[in-house]
Amino acid sequence: MIELVEYIAKALVDHPEEVAVNRVEGEQSVIIELKVHPDDMGKIIGKQGRIAKAIRTVVKAAAAKEGKRVIVEIL
Amino acid sequence: MKTVEKQGKTVEEALELALKELKAKKDEVEVEVLEEGSRGLFGLLSKMARVRVTLKKKPEEKAVEFLTGLMKILKLDPVMNLVHEEDGMCRIEIKGKDMGILIGKHGATLNALQYLTGLVANKDGAGYKRIILDVEGYREKREKALKELALKIAKRVKETKKSIALEPMPPNERKIIHNALQGDERVKTHSEGEEPYRRVIVSLKYPPVK
Repeated sequence: MIELVEYIAKALVDHPEEVAVNRVEGEQSVIIELKVHPDDMGKIIGKQGRIAKAIRTVVKAAAAKEGKRVIVEIL
Repeated sequence: MKTVEKQGKTVEEALELALKELKAKKDEVEVEVLEEGSRGLFGLLSKMARVRVTLKKKPEEKAVEFLTGLMKILKLDPVMNLVHEEDGMCRIEIKGKDMGILIGKHGATLNALQYLTGLVANKDGAGYKRIILDVEGYREKREKALKELALKIAKRVKETKKSIALEPMPPNERKIIHNALQGDERVKTHSEGEEPYRRVIVSLKYPPVK
């Protein structure tokens, strides 16, 4: 799941080398923390969070395959 | 990536030669001037201009590349087919095993994936191209289902004489609803709300046509 978030984020931003993804295991869910270069925040969130929402939708679909609840947090 | 180096009397001339060889237009390439070139004095000491010209990746190429990598991560192994539509759009058809997860509820995952792919494809590239994704003929099936839905809703509006709001849909799906009911003499359609919650409202035409 980390790999997926990292892959999508790196494809969207201008500073792919500054994409950092971290996985935090919760009791029932997994939290994926995504950090990008400050200038790239807009590219990862989008107008009214549209890009962030699309990333979450895709990640959720992939996670369902593994039967896990995944939350993507953008820091 | 394709790159050529050319020389000419001027930068323009060298670039011209390079574009000819690459069969590309100026906005499809990246140009690096290696040598400005100078006319010198009476033809003496003149220097040729040299340029290095690289063909930029087209949006649809970047789209396929992005999706290929994504499928690998998702451990899917589909066949992807790139189709150029007449109106400048590009359609990528994806077929294979376990494609259900790529579609999602009412195509939510497919639409999200299409949106992200479009962003990646058109990121600082050569020209803009709209990218449409389709999985196992889903778009066509959905279009048929939406047309049927539109007719059903129109019938109900006529019976109850009350407007009906459909669930929020992306622009292309709303268009299918609008088009399906355009020829109907008794109902009209319009959209309300802000993306991504914009929805079609089907209502009775006034005054009612006899």
